[in-house]
Amino acid sequence: MTQMTTPPEVVAPPEGERSPVIEMRDISITFGAVRALDRVSLRLFPGEVHALMGENGAGKSTLIKALTGVYTIDAGEVIVEGEPHEFHSPAASQEAGISTVYQEVNLVPNLTVAENMMLGREPRRFGAISVRDMNRRARRTLLHLGVDIDPRSTLDEHPIAIQQLVAIARAVDVEAKVLILDEPTSSLDADEVEKLFTVMRRLRDEGVAIVFVSHFLDQIYEIADRMTILRNGKLVEERMVAQTTQLELVRSMIGRELETLDRLDCEAPKTDAETGVPVLKAIGLGRKNSLEATDLELFEGEVVGIAGLLGSGRTELARLLFGADTADTGELTFRSERRKLRSPRHAIDRKVAFSSEDRKAEGVVGDLTVADNMLLALQASRGWLRPIPQAMRTQLVDDYIAALDIRPADPHALMRNLSGGNQQKVLLARWLITQPEILILDEPTRGIDIGAKAQIQAKVAELAAQGLSVVFISAELEEVLRLSDRLVVMRDRRKIDERVNADVSVRDVLEIIAGEAHPEPQAEPQSEGATHV
Amino acid sequence: MSTATVNPGSASTWDRVRSFTPPPRYYPILATLALFIGLFGLGGMRYEGFSDPQVLLSLLIDNAFLIVLGVGMTFVILTGGIDLSVGSVVALSTMIAAKTLQMGWSPYASITAVLLTGTVLGLLMGLLIHYFDIQPFIATLAGLFLARGLTYLISVESISISDDTFTQLAFKTVYIGEYYIRWTAIIALATVAIAAFVLARTRFGRTVYAIGGSESSAMLMGLRVAFTKVGVYVISGFCAALAGLLFSLYILSGNSLHAIGMELDAIAAVVIGGTLLTGGRGYVVGSLLGVMVLGIIKTLISFDGTLSSYWIRIITGLLLLAFVVVQRFATRRRS
Amino acid sequence: MSESSSRAARLLRHPLLWPVLALVVLLLVNVVVNPNFLNVRMQDGHLYGNVIDIMRNSAPVMLVALGMTLVIATRGIDLSVGAIAAIAAAVACTRIIGAGDEAALTTAVMAMTYAVVVCVALGAWNGFLVSVLGIQPIIATLILMVAGRGISMAITDGQITTVNNPFFSDLASGFVLTLPLAFLIAIAVLAFTAVLTRRTALGMLIESVGINPEASRLAGVRSRTIIWTVYAFSGFCAGLAGLVIAANTNSVNANSLGLWIELDAILAVVIGGTSLAGGRFSLMGTFIGALFIATLARTIPNIGIPSDLNYLFKAVVVIAVCLVQSPKARASLRVRRTGPPTSGPAPTPAPAPAPAKAGISS
Repeated sequence: MTQMTTPPEVVAPPEGERSPVIEMRDISITFGAVRALDRVSLRLFPGEVHALMGENGAGKSTLIKALTGVYTIDAGEVIVEGEPHEFHSPAASQEAGISTVYQEVNLVPNLTVAENMMLGREPRRFGAISVRDMNRRARRTLLHLGVDIDPRSTLDEHPIAIQQLVAIARAVDVEAKVLILDEPTSSLDADEVEKLFTVMRRLRDEGVAIVFVSHFLDQIYEIADRMTILRNGKLVEERMVAQTTQLELVRSMIGRELETLDRLDCEAPKTDAETGVPVLKAIGLGRKNSLEATDLELFEGEVVGIAGLLGSGRTELARLLFGADTADTGELTFRSERRKLRSPRHAIDRKVAFSSEDRKAEGVVGDLTVADNMLLALQASRGWLRPIPQAMRTQLVDDYIAALDIRPADPHALMRNLSGGNQQKVLLARWLITQPEILILDEPTRGIDIGAKAQIQAKVAELAAQGLSVVFISAELEEVLRLSDRLVVMRDRRKIDERVNADVSVRDVLEIIAGEAHPEPQAEPQSEGATHV
Repeated sequence: MSTATVNPGSASTWDRVRSFTPPPRYYPILATLALFIGLFGLGGMRYEGFSDPQVLLSLLIDNAFLIVLGVGMTFVILTGGIDLSVGSVVALSTMIAAKTLQMGWSPYASITAVLLTGTVLGLLMGLLIHYFDIQPFIATLAGLFLARGLTYLISVESISISDDTFTQLAFKTVYIGEYYIRWTAIIALATVAIAAFVLARTRFGRTVYAIGGSESSAMLMGLRVAFTKVGVYVISGFCAALAGLLFSLYILSGNSLHAIGMELDAIAAVVIGGTLLTGGRGYVVGSLLGVMVLGIIKTLISFDGTLSSYWIRIITGLLLLAFVVVQRFATRRRS
Repeated sequence: MSESSSRAARLLRHPLLWPVLALVVLLLVNVVVNPNFLNVRMQDGHLYGNVIDIMRNSAPVMLVALGMTLVIATRGIDLSVGAIAAIAAAVACTRIIGAGDEAALTTAVMAMTYAVVVCVALGAWNGFLVSVLGIQPIIATLILMVAGRGISMAITDGQITTVNNPFFSDLASGFVLTLPLAFLIAIAVLAFTAVLTRRTALGMLIESVGINPEASRLAGVRSRTIIWTVYAFSGFCAGLAGLVIAANTNSVNANSLGLWIELDAILAVVIGGTSLAGGRFSLMGTFIGALFIATLARTIPNIGIPSDLNYLFKAVVVIAVCLVQSPKARASLRVRRTGPPTSGPAPTPAPAPAPAKAGISS
């Protein structure tokens, strides 16, 4: 990436020329060799809901953590009400009036609702915490937000949505000037979201600046006034929500990398494979608060691409197909065998392979060698009593190191010392060694260099040509379109469209995701908020 | 909302008493209480003289040191930690007391030295655990070795305690009607009361629970995590030293072989008292009850006469198993 | 970079460097105090001397530590090994006494076999609590740690049981090929463990589960079986250790047999360079760690300090080793030095890396 990016466009402040309560200017944060934030700016005005948008790795979490004092800023400044501030701890940020509610409820489940709201600032009488005062104050705050629960009850007696509201109640009890809500809706149902929005509107009207992170576009258009869009650690633009079409938004978030397109000279032969028995067939596959009932068919030698934003259900679907999570509803049929997947083992036994989007946490075994990492899945299938013979080990490992151009080409190198792209290739090798019939790749090219990316794409195309069925998930639409024979588009935890990939353009997909295209008959009807322009 | 309740005040007092069901968080402690009452009833039915209130008071007297030990251990376990060093600190305390008295120190200076040593040891372990991220059990394992080694360093032989103040203190009794209780037991009960207050009504105490519930949340909430985490080991060290003093009053000698494995008794008492070993849930009063349950099993076995003392350990293990497994399923269901 | 300097660099990074160095230093201390310390003499066809004693005395801890190594590698811990050792001894001794011919070889073999089988079962019980019920290892094994000595006493009926079987006592005091049998048994178990883990895929799968349980699950590793196996193996090792200890005195005292051996074993594992956080393990490291502990026990009287003060030195060792392994302590050391270590040919042209930022997770 070069330093010569065009300066991001910044729109004029909202009506009345108010001054921002918080202004973050040119913030940069570096982790080791990774530049997580590159001169990003953010302005928050009192009495607005400000959406922070971006895909995985865009830098949303990092920006929030910079503002809340969890991370230290390398360059740039934070200005609170005209005064420069430096936050070195969450406590310091809270003192400046910035309160945060994280995606996973960051409260303590074992204490009461009131205590969770008041921990660290409990009302005291004669040095002792006054439980009665605490409960009374907690109840008042909760009622103010329209939440009618007993503050004396233990937090974990309540559903996540209520816990989320308690977290907000804690945040506003300090009379916060800024309230950061980091994906508060990711596990809520529609009613609960509405409840949350009511509370948010009330707080906004009281002059609180709310930062709202959500992957649900409808929600953004329903609640947010302004938004800041990030991509790859950089600021794309700041816009008014009402003046931005969903198409523009989606395009800003996803962006495109033309280099990739140029480098991929291996065009996947598009097959019309929808004949015969599907290798894998899912009917009504779903899981509570994660994925609505979804159908999917996968034929031999076919690449099915799944397009959709983060949180659209693309990863959730992949995990259910592999048994990484267990499905609540629906059924899976492998060729002609119906099977419920209760663990990845069941899927692997049916020749399914899955490479997770979270390479570090769910793929790489860092302290083992490249060879061990490659052979892990095959060895796990054989059981520990039947080790892979040495000759076969060497053969397999050398073959795949050469075939995938893994560097360093040293089977004894420790996995954690490899670059992301090479780690990804090793993980791909891990599964190819098991000779799968179905390969599910969830963002196999995220965060790796262009060269490795093109190599992986070429490999996928080659494998499909040899008869392997592939489910390919990526946030980059070009990549999905390039590789897939058939395209599944997801949004808001469900499949909204499915079509054969013939002359489908990025723009078409963006329009489908943005809800502006007319979906093909098989898709479900669109929701109301989606037609907002 | 799912758990909306009636507005407090709209129901009459009687209604509230009648419809009272204890919150689920008290279930473990109630189970322990029921167990204790059951065992006491069993003893009362089977053995003559068992139902005498003096038996209960004697339980307190005989287990005073363990109660204090359990108090300190409760603090540590509530944060999700563990302290293996307490048995050795008890032994060290008896030895310091015996040796300093032998050297002619005033009993008060001796007591101060004991309490200071335990507290400092606790502080050191706490610092290791928090600032160097060393697992509690390994850091306190170092403490176990250190304290035991220091005990041997002071004296390999047993030293008896003959100081007047100490012996007077040891046998000082308070009569309640025809029944009596020793001062050591009163100190133990006072420790429980103070600890219960600290845990329930101070910010420090509530932070202890918060850390046990979720340390990262506690950090993000801006609570004083470092201070509290180190603090519980300081408290445990202090309690172990105090328990050591009570133990030396009980046994009137300092010996490097004292209190071997006593940390296990303390941990068992805390768990049987309903405190979750993973932290965050439990009450110091439960630990008191846990000690009493262990004590009454001991008494039952001694009343019986035909059962050997090793049954205490086996039964303790079984109780531990029962509590751990039940807690495991209770927490699994919740999450 | 010349050939010799890169070899030196590789030697410096060898994981066994520090344990071996510590052992050598300890031996040097002994030699300085007593120049004859390393002398070994031949008598009645056996070797005698401090070194031989160290070998023999290291056997129980080494045995327990071998099992513990595998348990720790899976991110677990086994606190119950001392109690299991006491149970093994109690079972074997009561069996020998109860047999028709107390002094016969078959009696000893049968009794020991029986004891070891019981211990494997107890280990499997721990494995059940950990892998099936999902109880934290430290808590799960605490149960047997508490109850085990009671069980052991129940088996011996609370008595210190003395046995009279020459074959049994050979376990501790016998010599084979001029070396102590106990040590040879430990070596045999070491070799067996090495074969078990390195010739099969067990070692790799154990490490994989210990390093990244979720990645292992998604790769299809049956971690439940693995965990069950290592705890059963730990029970097996503890049982053998208990037999060796009992054979040393020809008796079993359920209260004191194997007391704190779990702590010594953990210490041996940690000295050997296996991290308590799980993952990669080193059986040779554990071997050296156990020798270190036995040597330490020998050193203290040799340099004129009462042997009970052993504990004091162990405390120092525990703290030192933990600080060396603690990432936080290392980080605070590293900041003072210049720059982080370069990690081989990794293709990361990091422009002047900032000081390590703890806890990066997006």
